[in-house]
Amino acid sequence: MTVAAVKPAAPRRRLRPTPGLIAGLTVMAALLLLALVAPWIWGDEAEALGGTPYLPSSSEHWFGTDPQGRDVLARTLVATRTTLLMCFGATAIAAVGGIGLGAAIWVAGPRVREIGQRLIDVMISYPAVLLAMIVAAVLSPGAVTSVVAIGLATCPAFARLTTNLAANIAARDFVSTARLLGVPPLRLLRRHIVPNIAEPLLVLVSVAFTVSLKALSGLSFLGIGVQIPSYDWGKLLADGLQDIYNNPAPVIGPSVAIVLAGLAGGLIGDGLAAALSPNEGGGRARGDRAKVKAALGALDASAAAGAVAVADDLVVSLPDGTRLVDGVSLSIAPGEIVGVVGESGSGKSLTAMSLAKLLPEPLRSDAAQLRVGDLDLTGNPSRSRLATEIGIVYQDPSSSFNPVLKLGGQLTETLRVHGGVGRGEARRRAVEQLKLAHVTHPEARMKQYPHELSGGQRQRAMIASAMLTKPKLLIADEPTTALDVTVQAEVLKLLLEANERDGTAILLISHDIAVVSSVCDRVLVMYSGRLVEELTAGQLRAKDAQHPYTRALLAATPAVDEDTEPASIPGRPPQPADRPAGCAFAPRCALVRPVCHEERPLLRITGTGSRAACHVVGEPAEAGAPAAVEAGAPAAVHETSDVPAGPVLPEQGAAQDAEETAR
Amino acid sequence: MTTRVLELDGVDVSFGFGSRRKHVLHDVGLTLDEGRTLGLVGESGSGKSTLAKVVVGLVRPAAGRILIDGEDMAGAGRERIARLRRRIQLIPQDPYASLNPRMTVGDALAEAIDPLRGRAEAHRDTIAALLAKVSMDADAADRYPHAFSGGQRQRIAIARALAVGPEVIVADEVTSALDCSVQAEVLGVLRDLRASMRLTMLFISHDLAVVRHVSDEVAVMSGGRIVEHEQRDRIFASPQHDYTKLLLASVPDGKPLRERRGTAVSK
Repeated sequence: MTVAAVKPAAPRRRLRPTPGLIAGLTVMAALLLLALVAPWIWGDEAEALGGTPYLPSSSEHWFGTDPQGRDVLARTLVATRTTLLMCFGATAIAAVGGIGLGAAIWVAGPRVREIGQRLIDVMISYPAVLLAMIVAAVLSPGAVTSVVAIGLATCPAFARLTTNLAANIAARDFVSTARLLGVPPLRLLRRHIVPNIAEPLLVLVSVAFTVSLKALSGLSFLGIGVQIPSYDWGKLLADGLQDIYNNPAPVIGPSVAIVLAGLAGGLIGDGLAAALSPNEGGGRARGDRAKVKAALGALDASAAAGAVAVADDLVVSLPDGTRLVDGVSLSIAPGEIVGVVGESGSGKSLTAMSLAKLLPEPLRSDAAQLRVGDLDLTGNPSRSRLATEIGIVYQDPSSSFNPVLKLGGQLTETLRVHGGVGRGEARRRAVEQLKLAHVTHPEARMKQYPHELSGGQRQRAMIASAMLTKPKLLIADEPTTALDVTVQAEVLKLLLEANERDGTAILLISHDIAVVSSVCDRVLVMYSGRLVEELTAGQLRAKDAQHPYTRALLAATPAVDEDTEPASIPGRPPQPADRPAGCAFAPRCALVRPVCHEERPLLRITGTGSRAACHVVGEPAEAGAPAAVEAGAPAAVHETSDVPAGPVLPEQGAAQDAEETAR
Repeated sequence: MTTRVLELDGVDVSFGFGSRRKHVLHDVGLTLDEGRTLGLVGESGSGKSTLAKVVVGLVRPAAGRILIDGEDMAGAGRERIARLRRRIQLIPQDPYASLNPRMTVGDALAEAIDPLRGRAEAHRDTIAALLAKVSMDADAADRYPHAFSGGQRQRIAIARALAVGPEVIVADEVTSALDCSVQAEVLGVLRDLRASMRLTMLFISHDLAVVRHVSDEVAVMSGGRIVEHEQRDRIFASPQHDYTKLLLASVPDGKPLRERRGTAVSK
């Protein structure tokens, strides 16, 4: 979820040129221009015999003259055409042949594919240049022979990449769906596979260009490439080599040319790879939004004083200033279990991770106050106190342990490194915690690897590991989301036991209202990076929520013991960068008023004692308001069940408009 | 009289060889009548997804019969399977992986209508009608999947499955990747389609609450077997099998798991 919040909304990759790519393309363009015009301009000079041979560098002949007295600079420039043509020829043969071969093997069906891939593996293990040398030596050496030889020798690389990428794409759902629809293999390849693998292949093409440049120059240098009277850079290099100790100048021209062209190819390849990588996307620079400075004074001084964890006006932002968490204030009392609910992108995990100083890289957190116990998190808190005073349980127990290390070492690591506890003592305590977490065979588990445990056992071990240092605060981020429902119930009980036994306060993040209301004392509801309501679990359980979003969320949750149809919320949450000026929920809200679009509502105590950030229900003076909510939400439920899903509420139109704009 | 659209009889599936052979489905029998939705619940590893793959023909059972409208699929040759396959359509779990990012929604639907030559232009009206069925505007056809939210993508995936005019739709965990407000949106579309089209559906989910809201009858799987198959109301009111009881008891219903100390919201 954390990552999802940072990802740009539209995953469409766009080519964003890097400086390297621009430089590479510029050099390549210059070389192409040269290849086009050089033979016309310097052709005669390069071929003219009768000059003084073996001349060193001079103002007349920058790179001297060759054994036949011809100007090396002119010859180098003229040779650009031959060299580049040969490189492009070899690359084209490799790309067309290789991609064709790879695609053919992929289309031919599972058996041919298996054999074909093994064959390609064998072919790829032969050095391309060696193969080309043999081909060139057996056939009569010459430009065409070496181009074909190098082209064929590079084919397997393309073929393998094509089959691998195709296999990768073919495993995706949309390809299997197309198969089920009866789309024939060739069409599958053309419409589904090729467009999705074109980018890496393009990168390989530019790499292949560089490789064939080196290989072709090498062949010519060895004398089995281009034959007299034609010449390319490799040939010029070989000519210059004969007298290199007396006259090094003639070698410089072709060397520089080969390096430049190779560099251009490499830069283009690297640049393409970087520009096409989906990780590079996003990060739109945005102007300063109207800053809603939080006069949110939501934090209660008396509650904060004895609290085990406090966040006051917490803001988590992207480097461009977009606030992913926008002014959240919360405090957790010792021994209290506080739940945070919200949908993906609501900022609940980011809020929790700020309390553990574990925000992913480009994000930064700012807060008026941020502490766990007496440990101030706004500065640079000591790592060992962070490690011992805060315990974390992650969503996915299969990725939170290191798969190649035994559990014992991983469980005792924090104690030994940060707690100053000896090996034996750490071991004893770890086993004890595993026992408390109802992990079966705790002694034996210490010697096992994480994959030997079932998901439920692993999550228990995770909790044991988090509780080992007797932390003041345990942050559980969707601890049961990846678990089966029967295991979930046990893991939740385990959290409660830990809370009761050691008095550890727990911050439980979940998207599941039922989970939160069955475990927590108090629940915070988040929407679009803001706290919208704070209520007791009892109130949540009784569906006695005040904020329209909390009510909509409750109405959207299907219950296993009720027949009420879940009602969807029209529209979708705003992107953090496009959060509306007033209440973030206003465009989707059934009770919206003009003020909601202009002014950000503050958390206020409602009639039932909960605190809600809403202009409409937050007015205790207006007795009619909560009643209107009462009537509003169930009405929405009925309407959705009667009419085909979709536009039902009058506000839907506005929400859809907002959605259109968001796109 | 109702028609029996899908019938599974004694289906056995195992993967691997020798000592590493793993039995995934044991003697599974299921029937599905036209216009009914069967909810299939079970925990991870119980064989739900394998059963879905068997039904759509992606996995061939070692033994047993799969009858679609009385035609046996297990014994069918490659071509017959390809033909039968189109009569059963799968809605995959992940709406972000199930649509080709390089194809417009219109092209994706056109491909479902005519897998050999489908072009969006040729089927404009049909595509608009399909999109209307899942409450989406016709202009969605010109956009690429990235322009849509998870719930909208899942609706497109449903429209694509409907495009074939299948006898049975297999929905494999179609809402488990979605947020609950979005899940409600997708469930609403499925609910309307069941009412308006007499959709026959095998709805696979680990979420009992979701299954309750979609299904006419419910089958519970455990360890590769179907342990209970009953009408929806009966299975939720009086589960017979121990495993079904455990499953129902484990669903968090919001009731506190322990006695609560008197904590109130700070005022």
